[in-house]
Amino acid sequence: MSVHIAKALDPVEAMRKAHADALIDVATFKDEVTLIIKPETLVTVARYLRDTPGLIYNFLSDISAVDYFNPQGGYDGRPERFAVSYHLYSMLYNRRIRVKTFVAEEEPHVPTLTVVWPAANWLEREIIDMMGITFDGHPDPRRLLMPKDWDGHPHRRDYPLGYEQVMFSFNVEDIIKHKPNAKDGQEENTRQ
Amino acid sequence: MTLNVLERDAQKLGEGAGEMSSGQMATWEGSVEELRGLVSERAMTGETMLLNMGPHHPSTHGVLRLLLELDGEEIVTCLPDIGFLHTGIEKNIESKSYEKAVTLTDRMDYLSPMSNNAVFSMAVEKLAGIDVPVRAQTIRVICLELQRISSHLVWLGTHALDMGAMSVFLYAFREREKILDLFEMLSGQRLMGSYIRPGGVWRDLPAEFLPALQVFIDDFPRRVKDYESLLTKNPIWIDRTQGIGVVEPDEALAYGMTGPTLRASGVNWDIRKAMPYSGYEQFDFDVPLGEHGDVFDRFYVRILEFHESVRIIQQAMKNIPGGAFRSENRKFVPPPRAELGRSMEAVIHHFKLWTEGYNVPDGEVYVAIESPRGEIGCYLHGTGGNKPRRVHFKTPSLMHISSLGKVSQGHMIADVVAIIGSIDIVLGDSDR
Amino acid sequence: MGVVSSKIGNLGVVTTSLETAVNWARTGAVWPLLFGLACCAIEMMATQASDYDLSRFGMELNRASPRQSDLIIVAGRVTRKMAPVLRQLYDQMASPRYVIAMGDCASCGGVYNNYAVVQGVDEIIPVDVYIAGCPPRPEQLIHGILTLHEQMKGERFSQWIGKDAQKV
Repeated sequence: MSVHIAKALDPVEAMRKAHADALIDVATFKDEVTLIIKPETLVTVARYLRDTPGLIYNFLSDISAVDYFNPQGGYDGRPERFAVSYHLYSMLYNRRIRVKTFVAEEEPHVPTLTVVWPAANWLEREIIDMMGITFDGHPDPRRLLMPKDWDGHPHRRDYPLGYEQVMFSFNVEDIIKHKPNAKDGQEENTRQ
Repeated sequence: MTLNVLERDAQKLGEGAGEMSSGQMATWEGSVEELRGLVSERAMTGETMLLNMGPHHPSTHGVLRLLLELDGEEIVTCLPDIGFLHTGIEKNIESKSYEKAVTLTDRMDYLSPMSNNAVFSMAVEKLAGIDVPVRAQTIRVICLELQRISSHLVWLGTHALDMGAMSVFLYAFREREKILDLFEMLSGQRLMGSYIRPGGVWRDLPAEFLPALQVFIDDFPRRVKDYESLLTKNPIWIDRTQGIGVVEPDEALAYGMTGPTLRASGVNWDIRKAMPYSGYEQFDFDVPLGEHGDVFDRFYVRILEFHESVRIIQQAMKNIPGGAFRSENRKFVPPPRAELGRSMEAVIHHFKLWTEGYNVPDGEVYVAIESPRGEIGCYLHGTGGNKPRRVHFKTPSLMHISSLGKVSQGHMIADVVAIIGSIDIVLGDSDR
Repeated sequence: MGVVSSKIGNLGVVTTSLETAVNWARTGAVWPLLFGLACCAIEMMATQASDYDLSRFGMELNRASPRQSDLIIVAGRVTRKMAPVLRQLYDQMASPRYVIAMGDCASCGGVYNNYAVVQGVDEIIPVDVYIAGCPPRPEQLIHGILTLHEQMKGERFSQWIGKDAQKV
């Protein structure tokens, strides 16, 4: 039985021909190709990349979200505050590609990719939890890493790191108040 | 009411802590309604039992909570709940310079810290354009393969321990002590050495390292035969592992499984072969594959990987190229201390690099390597300044735990223990 | 005051105080609760394995149930989601109970000074021995356990029974 393997297509050319309306921009940086697309076209583009002979990006490697928040205002030259990047890998042609969408700050939402790759389930849940971006149609949009009654989305850039102050003599009383169980000195328990 | 030990609650605890009366005990309250849609309808009426396994449980390899819906002894639904070890490493790295962030990456997948260091360093090198000398690449290969052996030893010990075979645990940790001695020679620390850094490795191989490594490598294949003689043909082991937790190849790919877990289902994908990094293309090794995708195959693939790692280390040891152990690019790599007394530029570089760090362009890269668990990927986005904008690690354990719900359906509780052991999860890896 | 107050010839009789004998017996079998969280748990497992054997202190037996254990070695970082679990486990232990905070994360929050990690487990439960290290070497853990044994040997009956008893 011989299997016919289609010749590898150039993903940028193929996208420009088939989904030119979905494609906003193409970026190439350090030999990585990024397709920047409109968020509502995500599922169509994903299905296209996964199923077209010559592309067959069958494996979803990673979904990452970035926050371009700048405290001085603006989004560091980007069109929107959030961006979600999908890293795809084609085992047949042994190459990677990144699909990126920019998501607005007010009510950030993107369609879910769990219908295309079930692997997206927990990766998207983590972003729902940590960045606060909603994935429309996600089967299980609960928090993943933080406790379920946590407030806020920790990976956003305006969320404080929440660190404990360094203990100096002027704030040692405040810090000790939060450690009620710290025993100081063990004289009563050492062997006589 | 969930007891959240935030600032305001710690004070509440503080007042009552002196008496430590039972009124202060933390309690959980919730209702079955929260689970509607996640468990089957029979749980709502009480026909099936909801059992909470964890987060503190001997067989979950870390703090993993499983909510099991049981029909007698058989599992109808399995809902994993993670996050009990979420340390905020990714956010913490955003406030550190790139060199200092390497120490934080050590502690994610704490059974293979060198892999975490390597993937982060490689992402920084790709983004900032730092070269890696060939000597450093070969040393990295040796370290990564030793780390693979050491991580698989812990996997073997704990997996066998969960299934009741306690001697394997003791034997595996005895071998592991020898590897930890080797790591201590290299980096000064048994685990968490932060030895692999952007540009190469931290310091050159000490003189006693290669003879000690030779002694270990000569002895190790015999030990693997010992473990095999205890387990592989053992009828109890075979009964408990064959036919359990079968994962079909396309299912495994759809759920994002990678590494030995995927290869046990028969999919031939190893990043060291497909997209070689750090000089792996020069070494000759095979990629063991399984057939059935059950627990036994996942076990046996890792046993064979012991032998392959030994092969790679033997080849790497034979010809380690000479030269620098770390990049000489002083814009990114601090100079050695001996140079500081001789050269003014060295002092300036040292000062600049250790206080502020180097600037990295405002772009994004994704680098993936083959850690002992699977594909670990690092998505790094710079700002143009000295601290990252965003670093995201795609860790294999996250994907594997998410598939647990599907893989363990229809099995019994004791099988869940076997399945968790075989997919080799580390909770620090999945929660970061 | 030592263990032996007087030895009578070679009859093999040793006189000592009841407190000393009881405390000596107690230190011989301190059963830890299985509570390994992160990297320090791997070092704890290495300490229990054959190279640095914890079995010689009577501690090779990790009890899974808090009701059956005397000691909880908090090995690893305690996150805010895990903190109520730890408190619930500690509350279930029967006194006399001891806590060893193993590693930097359990002692003071360690490398992680952020929103997710409890800055030292003594925010939640009282700690008897702190062990520094990231992760501490097995020898350090054994030193910590021996320090705890010293503490246990110094305890008095008046702490447990009688009108001045403290709830431990």
